[in-house]
Amino acid sequence: MLDAFAGAAGLLLTGDPTLTHIVGLSLRVSLSAVLVASVLALPVGAALALFRFPGRTGVVVLLNALMGLPPVVAGLIVYILLSRAGPLGSLGLLFTPQAMVIVQSLLIFPIVAALTRQMVSDLWVEYREQLTSLGASRVRAIPSLLWDARFSLVTALLAGFGRAVAEVGAVLIVGGNIDGVTRVMTTAIALETNKGNLSLALALGVILMGLTLAVNAVAFAVGEFSRRRYGV
Amino acid sequence: MSIDRTILPIELQQVVFAPRDQVLLGPINLTLGAHARTVIMGANGSGKSLLLRLCHGLIAPTSGVIRCGEQAGDPQTACIRKRQAMVFQRPVMMRRSVRGNVLYALRLRGVRGSRAEQLTQQALALVGLEALAKRSARVLSGGEQQRLALARAWVIRPEVLFLDEPTASLDPDATTAVEAAVQRFAEQGTRIIMTTHSTSQARRIADMGIWLDQGQVTQHDPLVRRTL
Repeated sequence: MLDAFAGAAGLLLTGDPTLTHIVGLSLRVSLSAVLVASVLALPVGAALALFRFPGRTGVVVLLNALMGLPPVVAGLIVYILLSRAGPLGSLGLLFTPQAMVIVQSLLIFPIVAALTRQMVSDLWVEYREQLTSLGASRVRAIPSLLWDARFSLVTALLAGFGRAVAEVGAVLIVGGNIDGVTRVMTTAIALETNKGNLSLALALGVILMGLTLAVNAVAFAVGEFSRRRYGV
Repeated sequence: MSIDRTILPIELQQVVFAPRDQVLLGPINLTLGAHARTVIMGANGSGKSLLLRLCHGLIAPTSGVIRCGEQAGDPQTACIRKRQAMVFQRPVMMRRSVRGNVLYALRLRGVRGSRAEQLTQQALALVGLEALAKRSARVLSGGEQQRLALARAWVIRPEVLFLDEPTASLDPDATTAVEAAVQRFAEQGTRIIMTTHSTSQARRIADMGIWLDQGQVTQHDPLVRRTL
């Protein structure tokens, strides 16, 4: 066991190329997924907070439920869509990093959208009369509310990133854990542990834990900054 | 922001506000805006804030008609609301700088660039906040926030400015500063329609007083104004 820890420390300190490639790919995939999901989820969440329409309650309940979407189910859905016989099979995306971005976006979208809806909803209660008085329609209020909720929304985005980077089942199904192509931290840890190569698994585990800590530290720092700077 | 058609006077004809069949206000027949500064007085729950919200178009009457000017429609029509502004008892400060709050009001009316900067500076100077322009609006004191709310409302050069107890939670110095700003707005041609509990404040500010009791207008008289 001590050998495994020593080996992990060696990999971390020497910047092992395999290790850095896996970490780099993980970050690229998860950050891309956060970006894609956010572009869609922020306006959708805000619109759900501001507009009333038939079936809205059902949509909100569904969105909240999808926050707990099992990753393997998401992986299965995307696999079926992208497989050669599937509706998007002609795109040839299965077992590529792009497929992993798609499946992670699917997992992040409900988290960011549901949290955005709640945050914007709370802010709308406070701002509604003022913005209406200033002449802002609900559509024009959306970017204003998203901007004013920006510090809270960073936490939602970080929660999405945390979910994506720590996810294993979905990326394993649609990525295939191909060495040098679609192998990310979580799938590599699972594989190397099965193979008994605990050094690499431990080194990746340390980085993953470090990332989790960093994400939480950033969320905390953003909250503190907003409290000090804006009194919120 | 040009005013080509006046939205004055604001006429309320048989206006009733009765959510869930509970009459909170009315029936009211009233003409507002004929005087430079009108104050609406009454006890808590008498309907002062409701009356302002109805006139500003934030809520719709259950029955009756509100007309703004000879040819204009009801105040919920956006073009009319654009020529009105309102300052609330508890001003909502957006999470941006003092300058950003005022610029936001102008942007909503399509005023941008150097013109917006110039108008913002003028408005902040009028309420004595130009030195705090870069500070976050939400860390200002209560009095400063209320003055910023006044600047944000006035910067669009409204024909009518509704003030809902703007000094209710302020100390005497802050109250004086807010009242002075209101007087300056009135001198610039903006009609002021304000609610207050204080008879002495009404006499300092207004030349017309309206008394409300349990949702009904009980008195409507000119006031002899005292100099600040």
